[in-house]
Amino acid sequence: MTREQPLIRHQQSGARALAGLAVLLLGAALLVGGTWHYSRERIANNAARQLIAEIATVLPASLYDNEPHKDMVLLDTSNGAPLPVYRARRNGSPVAAVLTIIAPDGYVGPIRMLVGIAADGSVLGVRITAHKETPGIGAAIAAEPSTWLGGFSRRSLTDPPESRWTLRTDGGDFDALAGATVSSRAVVGGVRRAAQYFATHRDEIFAPPTDQTGTDQTGAP
Amino acid sequence: MTEVDANDNSSGRILAEGLWWNSPGLGPLIGLCPLLAVSTTFAAGLALGVASLAVLCSSNVLVSALAPWMAPRFRLAAFLLLIAVLVTAVDLLFEAGWFQLHGQVGLFVPLIVTNCLILARAESFAAQHGLWHALLDGLGYGLGFTLLLAGLGALRELLAPGLLVAALPAGAFFLLAALLVLRQLWFRRRGAQ
Repeated sequence: MTREQPLIRHQQSGARALAGLAVLLLGAALLVGGTWHYSRERIANNAARQLIAEIATVLPASLYDNEPHKDMVLLDTSNGAPLPVYRARRNGSPVAAVLTIIAPDGYVGPIRMLVGIAADGSVLGVRITAHKETPGIGAAIAAEPSTWLGGFSRRSLTDPPESRWTLRTDGGDFDALAGATVSSRAVVGGVRRAAQYFATHRDEIFAPPTDQTGTDQTGAP
Repeated sequence: MTEVDANDNSSGRILAEGLWWNSPGLGPLIGLCPLLAVSTTFAAGLALGVASLAVLCSSNVLVSALAPWMAPRFRLAAFLLLIAVLVTAVDLLFEAGWFQLHGQVGLFVPLIVTNCLILARAESFAAQHGLWHALLDGLGYGLGFTLLLAGLGALRELLAPGLLVAALPAGAFFLLAALLVLRQLWFRRRGAQ
């Protein structure tokens, strides 16, 4: 806190420089290790909490009594990327699934979304979880609350028929958001693919819980 | 630009230097990459600004403390390592404390390492000054940077609904240029008096 003059640097001895380096390296290792140790569990908890909240937005809570974020399977897709699916069950029997869909054809980049689908194949809810669409235009697809995303609810591959699961401008049944045709098309396509995947892979999706999550089901009759 | 007595080493003088007279984004125009990329919203701008501020303050203090121990031969490498370590720590703590906000600024937090503002203050100021002044310098420049990031973010967020270009990368350049013009006008007018 006193007056400070610029320090005048003298020729330093090798031992002093070595000591400085040792202190620096040790301190660096301790600092990184310490913060990693402190934050590792918190970050994992944050991620789990966010996933729970996201799943809750595409599945009505009254529908299931398990913990879908723990009842997860990784399914194979035709493009090679594994598809995480979260299963919702009630008294042990499947009621709905949440598919993690990545639409590659967004305006700026891939659009990641969660699509909740009931056991009968009808869509329960859609939520955009990650995207890079243009702020103010394409980004409107992820605005919340969204009546536009709500428009997918209760739709299925028979309502409208599969060929009309596109935007109105493409001859389909779904509205595009104003000025965001490309982004809207990507989302509609993503939801359609989710519904199609669900229809063709229903048995795999609702296969019994895997071993590590099986503990959650022990109480089920 | 710095027209104030350079020998004035008072605390307020050091603080004001980075905050206004030599504000990193408006004076020497450094740190523009994160400034233009992240300033899409107020929250994102503020988040990255505060993360940079934390790194800048801690790196300035530690550099000031360690400088006499660092041989010129590896001094630069040592400072870079120190900054990288601090950024890693801030990144982890940020993700642990403000998970969603961290997701928004994501990639740009680790990239603080490459913000030349941090190394510039370490080399040109902190290494030659005591702890207290180094901290003040970090605070001044960090707050100056934060103010600009958050301000530009707020401006773009406000303008975006009506003026689309404000939300786009190009809009960041235009708005920064407009701020630079205003600042220059202020300096001119001040000089004329």
